[in-house]
Parts: sequence; C-alpha cells; structure tokens
Amino acid sequence: MIQIDLLTFGYEAGHPGGQRSEAVYQDFSLTIGRGEAWSIIGPSGCGKSTLLLLLAGLNRPLSGRIIIDGEDIVRPRPRTGLVLQDHGLLPWATVGENTRLGLKIRHFYGPDGRHSPLEMEIDPIKGEARVQYWLEWLGIAALQEKYPSQLSRGQRQRAAIARTLVLEPDLLLLDEPFSALDAPIREELQRVMAGFHEESGLTSITVTHDIEEATLTGEKILVLTAGENRSAHVLENAFAGAFERRNEAPFLERCAELRLLLGGVPAEERA
Amino acid sequence: MSRSNTLSTLGGLCMFLLLWELAALLLNQPILPGPITVVPLFLKGMCGDLGHHFLASAGRVLAAIFLATITATPLGLALGQMPRLDRLVNPLIAIVYPIPKIIFLPVIYVLMGISDFSKIFLIAVIIFFQILVVVRAEARALRPELILSVRSLGAGRRALFRYVYLPASLPAVLTALRVSVGTAVAVLFIAEQSLTQWGLGYYIVIETWQVLMYDEMYTGIMGMALLGVLLYFALYAVELRVRPEGCQD
Repeated sequence: MIQIDLLTFGYEAGHPGGQRSEAVYQDFSLTIGRGEAWSIIGPSGCGKSTLLLLLAGLNRPLSGRIIIDGEDIVRPRPRTGLVLQDHGLLPWATVGENTRLGLKIRHFYGPDGRHSPLEMEIDPIKGEARVQYWLEWLGIAALQEKYPSQLSRGQRQRAAIARTLVLEPDLLLLDEPFSALDAPIREELQRVMAGFHEESGLTSITVTHDIEEATLTGEKILVLTAGENRSAHVLENAFAGAFERRNEAPFLERCAELRLLLGGVPAEERA
Repeated sequence: MSRSNTLSTLGGLCMFLLLWELAALLLNQPILPGPITVVPLFLKGMCGDLGHHFLASAGRVLAAIFLATITATPLGLALGQMPRLDRLVNPLIAIVYPIPKIIFLPVIYVLMGISDFSKIFLIAVIIFFQILVVVRAEARALRPELILSVRSLGAGRRALFRYVYLPASLPAVLTALRVSVGTAVAVLFIAEQSLTQWGLGYYIVIETWQVLMYDEMYTGIMGMALLGVLLYFALYAVELRVRPEGCQD
C-alpha cells in the first residue's frame, strides 16, 4: 500500500539561508502492506514524527518519493487519517463540532479528489450518523456539547480519534497518540485501537517512544536511529495486541531486544 | 442582553439623568443646562441638521472600522503564523503602537488632502494597531499541531481560513474594536473640528460652542456620547454571539 522510495529529508538548520543540517533520512526505502499494523520507535529527534508527517503529505521529501495506493504524496491524502499527540481540536468548538469538522471541510470543497475523495458521500444525515456512531464507539457521546478545555486528556484524544475515523480512512497515522495519558487510560485506548485494527483491517502506523507500546501496537516494528537513517530496520513482531501476555518471558525478551536496538543497556549489565 | 442586564442599564441611565439635572439646578448657569432642556431639543435636532451631523460622524467611524479590520486582521494572522516575519516587524510595531496617532493629524491632512478620507484614515490607523496586536496574539496561540491536524482533514488555504483563522480571530477583532471605539470617537471629535462642514465635532465646537449656544452644544455632546455607547454595545452584542459560553481555552 505504501512505498517509500529513496527518501531523503532533513530540516534546515537554524536561520534562513543556513546550511541544511544532517539529513534525517538518506535514500531510505520501505514498503508497507495493506492492512498491516506498524509501529515506529526510536530516540527523540530520530525523525519518527517527521516520517509520519511525510506520509501524511504535510512535509515534502527533499528527494525520493512516497507512493500510497499508486499515488505520489505531495499533499494530504483524503483517505489518510492523522492523530497527533497534541489532539489538535479547535478550542472554540464543542466535541461534536470538532468531530464534524472533517465532514464540513469536505462539504466546503465538494468531492474534488484533492481535499476530499471523489466518491465522497454527500448525504448529511449519513454523515451525522457516522459522527454519532464514532462518538458512541469511543464513549464520548455524552460529552459532545463540551469544549476541549472541559475534557480530560484521554477524552480529548478520543475526540481527535473520532474526528479522524468519521472520514473513513484506509490508512491511520498516529503520532504518539497516547503518550500524554495516564497509564490506565493509555492502556484502555491502546486496547480500543488494537480492537479497531482487528475489526476494520485498515493499515495503521503508530509512532511511539515507548517500547511496550511499540510491541503492543506493531505487527512490524520499524526501529529508527538518531542521525541519518539509510536503511529500514524492521522487526517482525508476534506480540501486537497481546495485552494478556505482557508479563510473560517472550514479551519481555522482545522488549529487551528493542531496548538494546535503541542503544539501551542490557538488563544484566544494569543490575 | 438578559432582562436583568437591560434593567440595570436603564437604572444607570436614570441615575445619570437625575444627577445631571441635579447638577444643573445646583450650578444654575447657562453652561450646564439640564436634561429636561436638552433631551427634547436633542430629539428634535436628530430629525434635522443634528441627525445629519450624527450620520456624518457615524459614517466616518464605521468606514474606519471597516478599513482597519480588513487590513489589520489578515496582517495580524500572517504575523502570528510566521515567526520570522514577526521577529522582523515586531520592533517597528512595538515603537509605533504606543504613539498617540492623533499627533499625525496635520501630516495626514497635508498628505491626503482635506477630504473625508483623511479623517477616516486617521481613525483607521488607531484601530488598525489595536486589532493587529490582538489578532497577532491569537494567531500565535494557534499551535502548529492544530494547523497540521486540520490540514490532514483535507483543509487547504480557504478551509483553514474559514474553519480556523476566522473563528480564532473574530472574537479578538471584536474585543479590540470595542475597547478602541472610545478612542476612535475621541479622535473623530478632534478631527471634525476643522476642514469639514458636517460631523458632531464640527457641530459642537464651531456651530454651537463658539457662538455660545450651550443648549444646542449639549445636543451635540449627547449625539457623540450616543455614538460611542451604541457602537460599544453593538460590538459587545455581536461578541457575545460569536464567543461561545464555556470556552475558556
């Protein structure tokens, strides 16, 4: 579904006209199959979020191509959903209005294939039904008249997820979606999203800096390193969605392995 | 406005008129006629020349508000969203913002000629900076993540303006207008004292005060006060409609 071809990307250093800083990606290639659940993990500054923004069409590669469903990504793709750590809800709009935002934007442009899919549904009643369905599904239907500032972080993140799912994406990009949440709420939302992935079979990519979360969310784990990423280091992972096996030895070994890959110190040496 | 608000506004008005009448009786001089003399004269005048003066003044303020809003809002949004440009221009704004713009009156008259536009321009400049500064602050508070999220929902430039920038800046624009409308009317009063035949400033100073028609002068003062109050409450009413309750963020 996704093909990253010889991607090169780096941010400009400091001031205007300054030299380009070290590339985050240099001739980086990766293929992601339809329906797969991926997690991306790496130390801060390694470019995990950058990769997600590139996939979302919100950043442009310096060179190389990103192809999703045979289409070069040069702008946000209508069927890609993005959820950021900072929920990105409009502070002056209620949860309900925020959840409807994507539909409003689609109606604003009409089915032009750029801002909204060509085969877009124009029936406002069906749209509203979808809004209610996802609000209900994420357990925030009772909060739809509230403003984001009146919600807990977990509720805000649920609203952001609902807003994205209303648009029926076939690719879901999640950037540290749960890292600002308390542990029990984080786990609950992880379970919700794992269940959703199983049901819907849509392709999902979760960026995280949390080793356990990467192990729980990714059937394949992309490990990035600080500095230049030239080749994709991918781990096949059998523990995605295995919440009940979290305390078993194989799961912990997988986590330890990841920790090592990320440049951590092995457990026996730490002791 | 709620019922109790309306009542308390009426109460304030009654108290004001009562104190005015009382002061007039105590002072007992031609320079302070009471409302019993002035109000009927005012109502009569508003159907004639005074009404004409009132409309001339109101037109100038409204034109200035319009001019300032359509120029300062986009510029404030741009500065708030472009930190580099903002850093470049900010020192200039910081210096110009606190200067009382009325002192440029002679310069503007010479440069722009003795037209209505020069008066409107002067008032617009004053309101312009008020709007610019608050809209810029609102735009700065729009986090990049919010813009990215909304873009990922499919929003291009036009939808961003419609669903993000406009609702984010509108309440701020209205607040800025409301707090600057008093200054605007004050500047109008000064600007209208010369180089025009119409406007409440001209009426108060040239047509009545200088010829010692104190009763008529007060009808002009009432007109100007009314202009300020009406604009203030109109803007406030719009602001209340636009700014949703419970939105503190």
